[in-house]
Amino acid sequence: MSIDDLLEQLGAIGTSPVSRRALLRGGLLGAAAFVLAGGQRRASAATPATASSPATASAPAGKKTATSIIQIWMWGGPSQLDTFDPKPDAGYDYCGPLNSPIATNVDGIRIGELLPLLAKQADKYSIIRSMTHGINAHETAAYMVQTGRAPGERLVYPGVGAVVSLFKGYDAGYRSLIPPYVVLTELQGRFSEAGFLGAKYTPFATGGDPAQARFSVEGIIAPNLSDQRQQDRRELLNKLDGFAQQMKDDPQMKGLAAAEHQAYEMILGDAGKVFDLSQEPDDVRDRYGRNTFGQSCLVARRLVERQVPYITINSKGWDTHKQHFQTMRRKLPEMDKGLATLLQDLSDRGLLDTTIVWWSGEFGRTPRVQWEPPWNGGRGHWGDAFCAVLAGGGFRGGAVVGATDAKGEQVKERPVYPCDLIASLYERMGIDPAATLPNPEGLPIRLSPTAAEGVKTNGRLKELL
Amino acid sequence: MRRIVIISFLLVGAFFTSASTAEGPSSADRNGRTAGESQTDRLVNARLARLGIPPADLCSDAVFLRRAYLDVIGTLPTEPEAREFLQNEDPGKRTALVDQLLARDEFALYWAMKWSDLLRVKAEFPINLWPNAAQAYHRWILTSLRENKPYDQFVRELLTASGSNFRAPAVNFYRAVQGRQPQSIARAVALTFMGCRAEKWPKDRLENMAIFFSQVGYKSTAEWKEEIVFFDAGKSLAAATQPASLSATFPDSTTVRLTGDRDGREVFADWLVNPKNPWFTAAIVNRTWYWLMGCGLVQEPDDFRPDNPPGDPELLAYLQKELVASHYDLKHIYRLILISEAYQRSCVPKSADANAAANFACYPLRQLEAEVLIDAVCQITGSTEKYSSAIPEPYTFIPQDVRSIALPDGSITSSFLEMFGRSPRDTGLESERNNRPTAAQRLHLLNSSHVLSKIEQSRKLQALIQSRANPRELATSLYLMILSRFPTEEELQVVLAYSPSGVPKRRGTAMDLTWALINSAEFLYRH
Repeated sequence: MSIDDLLEQLGAIGTSPVSRRALLRGGLLGAAAFVLAGGQRRASAATPATASSPATASAPAGKKTATSIIQIWMWGGPSQLDTFDPKPDAGYDYCGPLNSPIATNVDGIRIGELLPLLAKQADKYSIIRSMTHGINAHETAAYMVQTGRAPGERLVYPGVGAVVSLFKGYDAGYRSLIPPYVVLTELQGRFSEAGFLGAKYTPFATGGDPAQARFSVEGIIAPNLSDQRQQDRRELLNKLDGFAQQMKDDPQMKGLAAAEHQAYEMILGDAGKVFDLSQEPDDVRDRYGRNTFGQSCLVARRLVERQVPYITINSKGWDTHKQHFQTMRRKLPEMDKGLATLLQDLSDRGLLDTTIVWWSGEFGRTPRVQWEPPWNGGRGHWGDAFCAVLAGGGFRGGAVVGATDAKGEQVKERPVYPCDLIASLYERMGIDPAATLPNPEGLPIRLSPTAAEGVKTNGRLKELL
Repeated sequence: MRRIVIISFLLVGAFFTSASTAEGPSSADRNGRTAGESQTDRLVNARLARLGIPPADLCSDAVFLRRAYLDVIGTLPTEPEAREFLQNEDPGKRTALVDQLLARDEFALYWAMKWSDLLRVKAEFPINLWPNAAQAYHRWILTSLRENKPYDQFVRELLTASGSNFRAPAVNFYRAVQGRQPQSIARAVALTFMGCRAEKWPKDRLENMAIFFSQVGYKSTAEWKEEIVFFDAGKSLAAATQPASLSATFPDSTTVRLTGDRDGREVFADWLVNPKNPWFTAAIVNRTWYWLMGCGLVQEPDDFRPDNPPGDPELLAYLQKELVASHYDLKHIYRLILISEAYQRSCVPKSADANAAANFACYPLRQLEAEVLIDAVCQITGSTEKYSSAIPEPYTFIPQDVRSIALPDGSITSSFLEMFGRSPRDTGLESERNNRPTAAQRLHLLNSSHVLSKIEQSRKLQALIQSRANPRELATSLYLMILSRFPTEEELQVVLAYSPSGVPKRRGTAMDLTWALINSAEFLYRH
């Protein structure tokens, strides 16, 4: 590696007070140490480490900028009453059999009885009980919660992951072969995550199932193909790919060759090993829970350790119109174990300060249980009030933001709109809310919408920042 | 002078033939040329001469075969189709192939897919057509293409339709816009049929055009998700300053009065599809040129504006004239382009000039579209894809023999299609479809269980291995199936010498050769 490469990888060229010449004089090792020290000094002086990025906001003094987000997406809309906004006094019509919330390790905060492990971690996260947008359709609500905007005219806005991928991914000096935006394990399907930013910012979806003996990450780890046969095939392809040789100066062929090189580094090199859970001790895997959600949380932690800026875990099955309570008893313990272990593990490894964990669905569920047929004990869609949870990355833990009425139906205090939460995420990630987004129409589109654009907002989450 | 030109031509030709695997021996001098130089070629060649850019040679028969199949019907030729064409000695066989392809049913399927991108045929978010209506709308488009409905009639029917979204499918044009304000509709009309991005227009032009669409009414019925689109005469007139009439201005600044007895949409359609309206014909012939040639005369093809003029205005005008003279027969325009030398050039440029491809001196490389690519892989391996839609319940499962290019509804999709840049059908912009290579795509084709199992578990390939005892014949068949050409002797030697580790040689070689050819640039690109 040359000094230029090293400097560039450290993100120091152009911003470091150290000249290249001084580095050459000091020798490579000394230089690296110097730059690293400089980086830390800059960080402690409250300037974000990626000072070269145009979209960098100043972070508050004394806090490190967050570098990764793990988004735990509860696809379908999880029930707020049975998770983080229990209303035991509302009666059987609202609580059903789950009417005994439990105390947490933070005085005055109670959560659902099926979350005992998360109850022991409440100091690490904060609960927003006053999320609201009033939309009861999955697609529109999911779009709202992940873009901060209502669907409108020609433009389809990018979700948070695509935006982070734009400002913290390859355009901003990210070098890893692991894509900057990884989804475990499937895309949402009905919602185009990248919006008008286009395919370059679409997440990499792993496919496969991390709870299986071999996590077959689609494209990276092929079942039943030895490394030797991979090599043989690659040589055969090289020998027969005369067309690519002949056309090698064509920009299309250059793009293809670069993509192929990157792909083989993932298949045969070290980068793909991030998905190899056999490298984790058995007891760690057990702690996360030997199920898809738990093992996805473990993979997310491994990705964060490798500086991947945005990871989404798409957890399905929360659209509980029927058999709601049976589903809660099955799914909440898995979620409890996976999420609680993730928080503890990130904290133990010193990663929680720079990693935001964001738990949310597209909406909540009807506080009043639908006992009548055909639901026979289900909960419908509820966009008027729902919960989100934020942990780590500089967000305060052990707090509750906002409140709902006695039955959890309407927001009573401090409404938080999706764009408020998203703006707070960007702030912690050091992404300037006033930055503009490149778009096919060439319009001046501000990253975070303002009230002047007709978007409902109640300000970023000052309480937690 | 003439001799020098010929000698240098031969030298260049010899160089490329020796370096080439894709082209093979060129038969350009024997066939493929149309009788005399066409007007299209006169114009393209004159411009190249003015710019001093030498055009590429004509492509080989094998390249032409594959290109024409992919460009005209979005379908790979089968092994027998490839053999037949390559062994055919008829000098007019290229033109004959063009005519055959234009008459095939896949022509309608493939172009219905393109039109469904532009018209945003999608059940759900942000275009909420709902599944039944998306299906009906797609079928209407498909039928129009099958019948080769004159383009002016096609557009007039879309613009003036009234009735139920299920029973008068063309009304879905007015439902497949993200907003239902007259301005949103006018913007969609400008983009789709005039190739204009109205947000770049002076503001009052859009406002004035919107008035023609200010009396579009929508109402629901007792049937679930049925919606009637109709002429609601009272809708806008009530708010107008002058009772019972409304002043509206066409984008060319002509003003008319709308009275309550005639639908403003019809008045607008009369103006739009008029042969004298330059926007209408220019937009569609330019799109067609862009679709086949990879680059528009106006580029982007949906961004006509005074400061983005056509590279070759004469050629554009010629194609417009041909469209009107043929009574808006789009197949006539396809044919004019497909039989031209400009279309039949090799992708190997003769000039390093950066403007060579944009001036049609060579054929530009383009990655296959997502749907075409997966269909081709399915055809080679004899496999199918599974598509389903989660709405409405009970779920819809698409029959397995339906090809991906024939999927009616943009909401019915797969991670493969998303990964390879299928249009999300959100905006109607041509650029929504993204054919750029990514590492994730390479990973998927090189190494995913999806593609690997298609090859490994292919009964079609297994049967081929059993029926072709001679390894040379087996390799030749695979080349014809996948790359639509015969292998060169060098390639055959590579294949015969190959010995994969840990698996039986014969089957392993066939599997690995299939895999390698599917992963070759020659397969993944239009060339």
